[in-house]
Amino acid sequence: MPRDRPKVVRTSIAKTPTGIQGLDEVTGGGLPKGRVSLVCGNAGCGKTLLAMEFLVHGALRYGEPGVCMNFEETEQKLTANVASLGFDLRELSKRKMLLIDSVAIERNQIAEAGEYNLEGLFIRLAHAVKTIKAKRVVLDSVQALFAGIGDSAILRSELQRLFRWLEDHKLTAIVTGEAGVHTLTRHGLEEYIADCVIALDHRVTEQISTRRLRIVKYRGTFHGTDEYPFLIDDDGISVVPITSLVLTHKALRDRVSSGIPALDEMMEGKGFFRGSSVLVTGTAGTGKSSLAANFTSAACARGELCLYFTFEESPSQILRNMRSVGLNLERWVKKRLLHFNAMRPTSTGLEGHLATIHKLIGTLRPSIVVIDPITNLVSASGNYDVKSMLVRLVDFLKVQQITSMFTNLTFAGDPQERTAAAVSSLMDTWIVLRDSKPNGRPRRELYVLKSRGMAHSREARELIVSKSGLELGIVLKDHTLASTVEVPGTAATAR
Amino acid sequence: MKKISAKKRQPRTSRSDFFILRLYIAGQTPNSVTAIANLKRICEDKLKGKYRIEVVDLLEKPQLAKGDQIIAIPTLVRRLPPPVKKIIGNLSKTESVIVGLDLQPAR
Repeated sequence: MPRDRPKVVRTSIAKTPTGIQGLDEVTGGGLPKGRVSLVCGNAGCGKTLLAMEFLVHGALRYGEPGVCMNFEETEQKLTANVASLGFDLRELSKRKMLLIDSVAIERNQIAEAGEYNLEGLFIRLAHAVKTIKAKRVVLDSVQALFAGIGDSAILRSELQRLFRWLEDHKLTAIVTGEAGVHTLTRHGLEEYIADCVIALDHRVTEQISTRRLRIVKYRGTFHGTDEYPFLIDDDGISVVPITSLVLTHKALRDRVSSGIPALDEMMEGKGFFRGSSVLVTGTAGTGKSSLAANFTSAACARGELCLYFTFEESPSQILRNMRSVGLNLERWVKKRLLHFNAMRPTSTGLEGHLATIHKLIGTLRPSIVVIDPITNLVSASGNYDVKSMLVRLVDFLKVQQITSMFTNLTFAGDPQERTAAAVSSLMDTWIVLRDSKPNGRPRRELYVLKSRGMAHSREARELIVSKSGLELGIVLKDHTLASTVEVPGTAATAR
Repeated sequence: MKKISAKKRQPRTSRSDFFILRLYIAGQTPNSVTAIANLKRICEDKLKGKYRIEVVDLLEKPQLAKGDQIIAIPTLVRRLPPPVKKIIGNLSKTESVIVGLDLQPAR
């Protein structure tokens, strides 16, 4: 007998899509239709841009004209600012899809003598809305009024009346507000907005900035409380949803050679699974980059396109260094099979790197991607950020069926090894490299710590790097690897 | 409403002590009516023969709100003599109006 279930009232709220990549995904369709949403955050966090994109996409994609009442910048400045992102406000204005009314507030010129209200603002807005039959409205940012209007009690009640007016006229609106010290906005605007509040944040940690977006409240809609990193690049804002990516990628059965026959031999003689992710960790100078270069070179030899992200060395440095271990990568660059992308880890925050990586993969559509090393990204941000970024990146690569290799520099006995462990759970294959000096003779050791879905060798081998390339030597009985690297969950089987 | 003719930036009869005052209202609300009455009274008292008042009702001409950057209603704009000055409110605080318009005390 079916048990009585409590009735779930599903109120489906009508939504107005923002057209901003990712934002409609995390809000379940956009902003509440015919309601006022508050977007708040510090100066320079992207409030104005988000609001303007809402209007531009509204006009271009959804055929909804929009009015921007702008309290902070002149029309020319605003037009110039968003022009850098490819939005032509003038053209939209000409087509009557957009109307910008810049409200200048000159504090020193205004004296107060008796009772007043803000009917002038209402009349201007109503006039603008009527002129182009607007469906969307942006007020950016109303707190500027607090500087010009001395009586904040009047202002507050008038703002409340204004928000009600917007809703009475079924306008979907974004109101922006500067972040306050103890409150979301400096003047507590969030108290007047019941339906949707979005907070933007632009944090700088160790000189590197990361932008984040959080849905503080959204009445009637289930929303994640996560902070979603977002990027501002040439195409405007894109929010990178963490949880919207579901694990539905198809696991491929094809195999991809590692470029070293003996290493393939350790993995059922066939190498990695296509579309899987490979982590290569090791202390300095153990041959991580060489391993990655071998992998790419083999792929290029098969005629596959490779994309190599380097965060440490310049492409020419890599080409030179790989020549010394018998690898001629230049020919693949010339044949346009191998593409390098060199970025300083500190040049931008994780969001910027993620954006670049996504974009390049989108345009080049490679079958192999190497990220060398991810360690430098760890230094670019906190541990959590790297992990969440890598989750998204690895998922993205898997969905695209791209085989990826990540190298990670570790320091013996250092907490960095724990970092490796943190990201390793995302990886299908983990190859550990390490230096050792048994009997005074230095050598490199290689060990396949895990490789999902295959019966891989559990033996440690010597990695021989010479002028003629990479080779694996004898099976090492006295290796130090398995005992020093602990993997949560897999440690028991690794031993 | 009253004539709106002060489009010319520099009237030929430009005298530094001639006042052109424009009052923005929105319909015949109590504040608007009070503001008009207060303004007339103050001008008669302080600027007799040296002023012109233009009343703009934004309900009739909403497009004019943008030009003088009107937010509050009523707003009084001193268009002449320069510089432009603005006073918001129903002008019931006579002293504030006199100070705001920079009027010379009557002799």
